[in-house]
Amino acid sequence: MGKVATREAYGKALAEFGADERIIVLDADLSKSTKTDTFKKVYPERHFNMGIAEGNMMSVAAGLASTGKIVFASTFAIFAAERACEQIRNAICYPKLNVKVCATHAGLTVGEDGASHQCIEDLAVMRALPNMLVLSPCDEIETKLAIKAAIEHDGPVYVRLGRLGVEAVHDPDTFKFEVGKGVEIKEGTDLTIVATGLMVQESLKAAEILAEKGINARVIDMHTIKPIDTEILVKAAKETGLIVTVEEHNITGGLGGAVCEALSQNYPCKVKMIGVEEKFGKSGTPAALLEKYGLNAEAIAEKILAAKEA
Amino acid sequence: MDKRTKLDLQKKATQIRKYIIEEVFSAKSGHPGGSLSCTDIFTTLYFAEMNVDTKNPKDPNRDRFVLSKGHCAPALYATLAVKGFFPEEDLYTFRKVDSYLEGHPNMTYVPGVDMSTGSLGQGISTAVGMALAGKIDKKDYRVYSILGDGEIEEGQVWEAAMAGAHYKLDNLTAFVDYNGLQIDGNITDVMNPEPIADKFAAFGWNVISVDGHDHEQIKNAIETAKTVKGKPTMVVCHCVKGKGVSFMENNYAWHGTAPNQEQRDQAISELDALMAKIDKEIAEEA
Repeated sequence: MGKVATREAYGKALAEFGADERIIVLDADLSKSTKTDTFKKVYPERHFNMGIAEGNMMSVAAGLASTGKIVFASTFAIFAAERACEQIRNAICYPKLNVKVCATHAGLTVGEDGASHQCIEDLAVMRALPNMLVLSPCDEIETKLAIKAAIEHDGPVYVRLGRLGVEAVHDPDTFKFEVGKGVEIKEGTDLTIVATGLMVQESLKAAEILAEKGINARVIDMHTIKPIDTEILVKAAKETGLIVTVEEHNITGGLGGAVCEALSQNYPCKVKMIGVEEKFGKSGTPAALLEKYGLNAEAIAEKILAAKEA
Repeated sequence: MDKRTKLDLQKKATQIRKYIIEEVFSAKSGHPGGSLSCTDIFTTLYFAEMNVDTKNPKDPNRDRFVLSKGHCAPALYATLAVKGFFPEEDLYTFRKVDSYLEGHPNMTYVPGVDMSTGSLGQGISTAVGMALAGKIDKKDYRVYSILGDGEIEEGQVWEAAMAGAHYKLDNLTAFVDYNGLQIDGNITDVMNPEPIADKFAAFGWNVISVDGHDHEQIKNAIETAKTVKGKPTMVVCHCVKGKGVSFMENNYAWHGTAPNQEQRDQAISELDALMAKIDKEIAEEA
């Protein structure tokens, strides 16, 4: 099966669910990259380019939502979650308006554009906002269902999407998506890898490498970062001991932080956090960057082995 | 506008100004200067123009209002209370911990408030969003917003101005409360936003300049705005910060300071004297 970027799945989902006339899509001069142009081709009268002015776009989204619209606002994650953070906080989250901030090009795998465009802090920032639901899907079907859930959810949602094509992790015919419920995608008894986004496919491969060494790792796809699924985490901690979090995000405050907050209060256990280690990114191909920052399957497996032995 | 209508609006404005003083005095904090400055814009909008229903504050066909300079909530709350959206006595709970009347307006629990504001520069963008929704839905409601002259130092105001003109939002009319003062002093000393009218005109808006304390001029500007097709209107309102209270007028120290008991008493007595004068004129008119 071919690889599909979650941003592409987002554009297709918008077009698929776009018949609902309450849906309005805003973009900030990146509609070909964020893939909102896929929606625009079908519903041009409900797609509005707000130009290179992300702060204004978020507040305009709030105004539209106040009249009963379901508003999708898209740009790159760095400009959505960080440049327009305060607009999202005060104009969208505070009045709990129905705006879905769908941010593409998250993480290092933006690639050659380099550090200025590689958002590795968005999960930490967005998850700190009251009223915000934070989703981080890993493949095409999960993205489609996350977008459907975002439409059905009454209130603000942040959806983290990637530029890079990703493999299908879930079976599109049978996969069930439930907001706030992590998905066990591989059974295991020796440790549990909790991954999100692109890192789900890498973690599955890392689990295969570990299996060759006789280590049976459980893998959980944590598509909802907030609210985090405490139940699945506590169960995993009880059954497998060591928990390993893997994210294409800075090591501070993202998935790892959310998992530690949940476990430390409910079932304290050892957690190994794998992510970008307090560094900015660099230009390079996505594959070269994942290798350099220790986020491909081989590096993940290596770090888990070291943690297991420690 | 006939003389009686003018006098009635002056009476409303004076009542609103009294409540502004009482709110800020009860809270021992808040923003009297800018609230007194934009009172006559509020009075004209809510008592001579806007289609709003106090019994049905969320009517989808209502005219909308966004207080972009959210710190002037005392003026908004006083106006909404006098209009009948909520009891006037609630104004005395302003800024207190169990009150729904926050320091800056919250749309989720204040009847009549159409948008939560307080972070400068954002309100006008939300008004652009509401006006855009009106165009999408082909509804004939109008959207109004008041900005501070210091507020327009925020870059987002100009992003919103660009968007309002780009999408030809002729259902949007905004007002700049041009009183020349901001927290740290004269706007021209802190960060000069002038020439204000020329800037909005350059951004593609229809611009009308008025005396911001003359209800007839404000009302005429609103009526003219309705006839302008294809562009939003900015009404540049020349105002006096602290208007109506002698010791607060044109003094930036009253931007965000509450009066003490003696100052409150003096302010109320000045406004009562003005009210008596208006009542006398109304009696003579009858």
